[in-house]
Amino acid sequence: MSAALSFTSSESFRRTRAMLIKEFIQLRRDRVSFAMIIMVPLVQLLLFGYAINTTPRDLPTAVLLQENSDIGRSVLKALENTKYFKVTRQLHDEAEFDRVLAAGEVLFAIEIPRNFERDVRRGDRPAILVAADATDPVAAGSAMAALGQIVQTALLHDRGLPDVGTSLFEVRSHARYNPAGATQLNIVPGLVGTILTMTMLIFTALSVTREIERGTMESLLSMPITPIEIMIGKIVPYVIVGFVQAAIIIGIGIGLFGVPVFGSLTLLAALSTLFIATNLSVGYTFSTVAQNQLQAMQMSMMFFLPNILLSGFMFPFAGMPVWAQWIGEFLPLTHYLRIVRAIMLKGSTLADLHYDALALTGLMLLAMMIAVTRFRRTLD
Amino acid sequence: MNTSPEIVIDVHGLTKKFDGRAVVRDLSMQVKRGTIYGFLGPNGSGKTTTIRMLCGLLTPDEGTGTCLGYDIRTETDKIKRQVGYMTQRFSLYQDLSVRENLEFVARLYAVPDAVGAARDMIARLGLQGREEQLAGSLSGGWKQRLALGACTLPNPQLLLLDEPTAGVDPKARREFWNEIHALAANGLTVLVSTHYMDEAERCHEIAYIAYGVLLTHGTVEEVVAEAKLLTYTVTGGDLPRVSAELINKPGIDSVAPFGTSLHVSGRDAAKLEAAIAPYREDKNLHWTHSQPSLEDVFIDLMGRAKDNFQ
Repeated sequence: MSAALSFTSSESFRRTRAMLIKEFIQLRRDRVSFAMIIMVPLVQLLLFGYAINTTPRDLPTAVLLQENSDIGRSVLKALENTKYFKVTRQLHDEAEFDRVLAAGEVLFAIEIPRNFERDVRRGDRPAILVAADATDPVAAGSAMAALGQIVQTALLHDRGLPDVGTSLFEVRSHARYNPAGATQLNIVPGLVGTILTMTMLIFTALSVTREIERGTMESLLSMPITPIEIMIGKIVPYVIVGFVQAAIIIGIGIGLFGVPVFGSLTLLAALSTLFIATNLSVGYTFSTVAQNQLQAMQMSMMFFLPNILLSGFMFPFAGMPVWAQWIGEFLPLTHYLRIVRAIMLKGSTLADLHYDALALTGLMLLAMMIAVTRFRRTLD
Repeated sequence: MNTSPEIVIDVHGLTKKFDGRAVVRDLSMQVKRGTIYGFLGPNGSGKTTTIRMLCGLLTPDEGTGTCLGYDIRTETDKIKRQVGYMTQRFSLYQDLSVRENLEFVARLYAVPDAVGAARDMIARLGLQGREEQLAGSLSGGWKQRLALGACTLPNPQLLLLDEPTAGVDPKARREFWNEIHALAANGLTVLVSTHYMDEAERCHEIAYIAYGVLLTHGTVEEVVAEAKLLTYTVTGGDLPRVSAELINKPGIDSVAPFGTSLHVSGRDAAKLEAAIAPYREDKNLHWTHSQPSLEDVFIDLMGRAKDNFQ
């Protein structure tokens, strides 16, 4: 058949050229796609180029000073001089020490023990405790590595200390929640969020544009159903789909990768459902804004990339500049990663996670509000 | 049960513009309850836009009016509950079965027993045995029947049908119109847009719209009489030649071939007679004075509208 069509190579060339011209014309007509061809690489490159930093600095650190001494302060100063640590909190007791780490408010907590100065002067080699939140081993890793040697030299220039050949004190570091620094413990919970983001977005991003493209929207709009009813009707089925998906990933994580779940499974299920609903709402919002399915897909991709790169999934969140962290706060995955890592690895409770849970709820309501107002009830 | 007012559609001065171009201009119309109202006009004349304004899918830029006694600007929610709108393009879900589509519609309108209502409608449409067939795989005629069934299922007071019979075979069209008449006999009001002249003659009343302007309305007889068109039917001789010669003569407004005859029409009787006088002497041609057809009237109306509005 095709042999009969292809008379000569010049005719084949003309047909190919006709197809090519048609595609260019169609591409030019689709303004949004055209704009995206330019904007996507530009924005993403600038955004991620400046935001991503694999050796994070200024990581939030809390300090528990059991005594107020010059040597203690020198040690802290030396820690801050490494640029890896930034003291953001003063703690008052051991209970608070554990709580700020569990809640994810800081990545490190440092304790200078009682009688530290006295013990140093005696040559007793007292120990400073550095506890790290190792749920993200990448973020904690480089700071932990830098810890040992720099602190050794911290007191060299200090006055009148006994010149013992070895170090004057010991740094006892403790990688909490993931003592072995196993990447799976970090990646598997992260993948739960990433996979859910990708699939949930696509499900709903196409839902309204598909009805418009197939012509069923006109009929639907002429019937007595409200935009909110349409939205809820389109989102709820996929909440169930997402829930099943989350259960599969977490199940595999536990069964094959040995990821523990220290916290409550019920809480994890509840907050996962919230996260699923948030992503579905965002996808649905794209669907009401996009003019066709192609645009809806492109918008989803535009949203998906920062979710992966700026949420703390691939690169340490604390290592990003402040402006990038702010963008991150508006991405559902950022909050869910904290939630899922905290529940699985730290055994955190809702009290520890209320900020992220509220943020997810807020983002979901914001998306739904935009969707309902953007939804056109007429064909005007 | 029937609570709709005597005048079901009552709109005045409707105007709708898209990108500054008026698609419907200053349109007024009244439709009485129980009437089958034919809405005629060429493609792009504004029929679909008017229908969409009536059921709340488009907001008029100017003009006011009521549909079933409800304001077409502010009470579209109430209108939607009592209007069945059949779109020009098949707009049921192609990937749902016949039964699933009907049940979906029934539930949207909060019909008490949705499953039962869908089952009854399937029986009424003669679609038994095809309940589980996907709507997308039905033939054109069956799709159109299903679409009509879907919009009559919630027992609306008014049906808006936008070119429901386009691309449907004559037998299916005939059955479709029988169904429309049966529905109207029960008090349902039907506004139906069409291109077919034979369908226009099946309507109680018709309106003709071109370039967004409603040019005439009334019963078929009234519309024909009002046009004050004088028409001759010519047979025999070399009709293509006669047609070509007559068409540009002053006093002749339209020349249309109908099989082996030619319809020659004009609004001014004296001028028409003068124009055809030389040809009446041709022994090969046979001239008879005839009643203008609806099509003659419409083609004439369109010609006049073109001069005025384009």
